[in-house]
Amino acid sequence: MDKTPFAISLAPGSSTADKTGTWRTERATYVTSMPPCSNGCPAGEDVRGWLKHAETEESYEDAWRQIMIANPFPAVMGRICYHPCETACNRGVLDESVGINSVERFLGDEAIRQGWQLPKPAPTGQRVLVVGSGPSGLSAAYQLALLGHSVTVKEAASEPGGMMHYGIPSYRLPRAVLDAEIDRILTLGVEIELDSPVDDLAALMQAEHYDAAFVAVGAQIGKRAYIPAGSTSHVLDAVSLLHSVADEQPPLVGRRVAIYGGGNTAIDAARSAKRLGAAEAVVVYRRTRNRMPASDSEVHEAEEEGIAFRWLSTIDHVDADEVTLERMELDADGFPQPTGTFETLTADSVVLALGQDTDLSLLDGMHDVDVTDGVVRVDEIGMTGRSGVFAGGDMVPGERSATVAIGHGRRAARAVDTWLAGQVAEPQASGPLADFASLNTWYFEDAPRTHRSRLEAVRRSSTFDEVVVGLDAETAQYESRRCMSCGSCFSCDNCFAMCPDNAIVQLGMPGEPYAIDLDYCKGCGLCATECPSGAIAMVPEEI
Amino acid sequence: MTITPRELYQIGTYAAGNRLLDLDQRSVQAHGDRTNSITSGHRACQGCGEVLGARFVLDAAMRACDGKVVVSNSTGCLEVFSTPYPESAWQVPWVHSLFGNGAAVATGMAAGLRAQGRDDIRVVGQAGDGGTVDIGFGPLSGMFERNDDVLFVCYDNQGYMNTGVQRSGATPASAATANTKALGAEPGNIFGQGKDLPRIALAHEIPYVATATVADLHDLERKVAKAMTFRGARYLHVLVPCPLGWRSASHDTIKLARLATESGMFGVFEGERGDVTAVSPIRRQVPAEDYLRLQGRFAHLFGEHPRPDIVARLQEQADRTIARLGLLGAEPHDHTLEV
Ligand SMILES: Cc1cc2nc3c(=O)[nH]c(=O)nc-3n(C[C@H](O)[C@H](O)[C@H](O)COP(=O)(O)OP(=O)(O)OC[C@H]3O[C@@H](n4cnc5c(N)ncnc54)[C@H](O)[C@@H]3O)c2cc1C
Ligand SMILES: Cc1ncc(C[n+]2csc(CCOP(=O)(O)OP(=O)(O)O)c2C)c(N)n1
Ligand code: SF4
Ligand code: SF4
Ligand SMILES: [Mg+2]
Repeated sequence: MDKTPFAISLAPGSSTADKTGTWRTERATYVTSMPPCSNGCPAGEDVRGWLKHAETEESYEDAWRQIMIANPFPAVMGRICYHPCETACNRGVLDESVGINSVERFLGDEAIRQGWQLPKPAPTGQRVLVVGSGPSGLSAAYQLALLGHSVTVKEAASEPGGMMHYGIPSYRLPRAVLDAEIDRILTLGVEIELDSPVDDLAALMQAEHYDAAFVAVGAQIGKRAYIPAGSTSHVLDAVSLLHSVADEQPPLVGRRVAIYGGGNTAIDAARSAKRLGAAEAVVVYRRTRNRMPASDSEVHEAEEEGIAFRWLSTIDHVDADEVTLERMELDADGFPQPTGTFETLTADSVVLALGQDTDLSLLDGMHDVDVTDGVVRVDEIGMTGRSGVFAGGDMVPGERSATVAIGHGRRAARAVDTWLAGQVAEPQASGPLADFASLNTWYFEDAPRTHRSRLEAVRRSSTFDEVVVGLDAETAQYESRRCMSCGSCFSCDNCFAMCPDNAIVQLGMPGEPYAIDLDYCKGCGLCATECPSGAIAMVPEEI
Repeated sequence: MTITPRELYQIGTYAAGNRLLDLDQRSVQAHGDRTNSITSGHRACQGCGEVLGARFVLDAAMRACDGKVVVSNSTGCLEVFSTPYPESAWQVPWVHSLFGNGAAVATGMAAGLRAQGRDDIRVVGQAGDGGTVDIGFGPLSGMFERNDDVLFVCYDNQGYMNTGVQRSGATPASAATANTKALGAEPGNIFGQGKDLPRIALAHEIPYVATATVADLHDLERKVAKAMTFRGARYLHVLVPCPLGWRSASHDTIKLARLATESGMFGVFEGERGDVTAVSPIRRQVPAEDYLRLQGRFAHLFGEHPRPDIVARLQEQADRTIARLGLLGAEPHDHTLEV
């Protein structure tokens, strides 16, 4: 008490001698948990991480590099991904999900515009074969090249890209964008041999001395259902149709086209047929719209372009200029059942979009590779029954999308790398999920989402010009800032401000903005409740 | 679809800070160099709203007055938990008065400073709701009438918490306290009594009167700074939930303050010389029940023998506040900073 000035009975701040942290039964702890967006991304992108970089112009490149860790195709995927990240996004519960996909496209386009490249790693001297240059094969090649392995891609077709080149129409994915992102992978030193189908994988690996192989030959063969037809000349399958369009040798489809099927391929075929000059394109599908596997936005865009739909219908037979449809009805389990009622539809040609089969004959010589139901079984790290031979993409069981294919490529590349080092890769574990209930959304501004504008329907139905327009810099930034940083501290200072005991210290260091002073944390839990992003947990003390 | 580009600062000024904003747009509490007028080691309960309110108010006053603030403090939790002999948690010049004479002591401090020609030093008087609306009311009303140059702050936790949770003139109807037990046909504090001090203060036609809560930090800090732009008597009434007296979870203190305003159970406004000049509109309206259910002092309204009739009466009170202040549909403060 000696040091206190005149008339001051108690020294200022002398209470700090009392370590009130001893009252605590729970302690506050900063945590980082898995946001639903990343959890939902089949390519495994750190969405929250790169959105944070995309909040300011200075760090666009960091944002792009963060995407590139998982996915070498931001500009492509920013256009064609079905974005399960957005379906899962917590912001969807509050107002509308963050437009993750459109920001990804913005960053991908920015990278192409600015010519951003990747550093070349030191070579390891090990040789890996990749069969197929679709998204899965190229994803694996990219990741393996980044790890320093020497990669050769064998591709049967004359252009790389798989279904990104030969399936997905250019009005959704301009070829210049695809080519720019493929070129960037090749710049890393990946060798690609076009017009080089592999017919015997075992023999090739031996002859050309590959240490390991990743096979991603996709599902190239359009399924042909048996349909009685008076003349088969005008029945084609969607995959071949789109392939010929990509080769710039489109077939004559006539004025009226019927498309049979309900997936994205059917929609792409219908929209392409319109662009090839068909006055009418009608999608025939045996169930109802809400049971259609095609993505909502694509069906919507097709409707805007004047594509017609015949729900609850199957094609019974095809004649020279008409098809006969049978009406269906859904039974209690939602399966379509025939009704015996028929009707006709005038059609100059019929396009079958009933799914694709694989051609796995290159694996015939490998008896330890398990092929069941026309697809190759792999374990949780992507390896087939043959040690050192990995597979992914459309040729393995599971959802068929470019994003899944990219994820498989990355997973297998990691496993190949470990396998080459003589070890066995561990499957990736994911931590606890930052669900909506863990957030305090009071603190977020009411901010509606920006939508990418679409080309006026009139113009696009006659051309293969890109339909969906990208975001400008300002809107992309706005969209990024709608992210709520679920499960990760974003330095809002709420905890620092709202601790009744001043037990939170601002460190201001990247990755570690704050620390809890356990001398004074009484464990009230206010910081955890008021944390907007759910980045603080209360952990019981041992008492 | 047309796109209206607009700067979005994500959490705007809803949260204390925001790394996307300039430092001076963040709250005082987000600043690493804030005064911490009351610091660690105090003995307030876990999650105490009163200590938070006091730090928010005094740190903002310190910033607004270049660190020249002196404080009188009536007896109550805030005084008792901050200064158990021989320690003090205060880091501002602070004097303890009696339970009832806080405003009179502050008046004396202001007079003394004036006599010394020190108009750069500003006086804050502070007390709990008991020390303000009940025993301290006479000196306070006098201070208003004389227009003494004091900012008087009431930390309203709606009861005499320091002495074991007794009813005060600010305790809400039906709340159970040590002397308004949850018994009988009209359990808890009775309807039709109590004092609405912010309105009484406004009726004195002093330069500035405002209400605030610990849930809207930017609003509270702005009001303190604004109060300091006036000379004469000013009154600030801050709702500070009390986990002990309200029998609520310690982590719900700020949430409760937020629910109090969003339900209309506590109206946030400011006024000058007798007139209301601005209100904080409700952003996401909730029924009063959402607010009441989190508090053990209203537990007798729910559970096995629920009293929806009493809940409805409390809702009527909220609706009345909403209507009187126009809390629905008014223009919100701009939490979205468009720079
Ligand atoms: C019309 C259509 C539209 C689609 N739209 C989308 C979309 O919008 N979004 C989305 O995410 N997904 C979409 N998909 C699905 C997506 O394209 C596929 O899931 C993805 O391309 C699969 O990648 P992959 O690498 O496994 O196979 P593929 O892309 O099919 O690539 C396989 C490659 O292997 C080559 N190959 C095959 N056999 C051999 C061999 N023996 N030797 C050497 N090379 C060989 C092929 O020529 C091909 O280039 C669409 C598919 C189609 C058909
Ligand atoms: C004249 C007098 N009567 C009674 C008391 C006992 N007493 C001390 S604090 C207090 C209640 C304080 O209530 P309030 O002002 O609301 O502050 P809180 O503790 O709730 O923050 C009482 C009754 C006293 N100190 N002096
Ligand atoms: S708000 Fe952000 S972090 Fe949360 S799910 Fe959506 S994109 Fe991911
Ligand atoms: S009784 Fe209430 S006001 Fe007093 S210290 Fe505890 S929480 Fe704070
Ligand atoms: Mg009180």
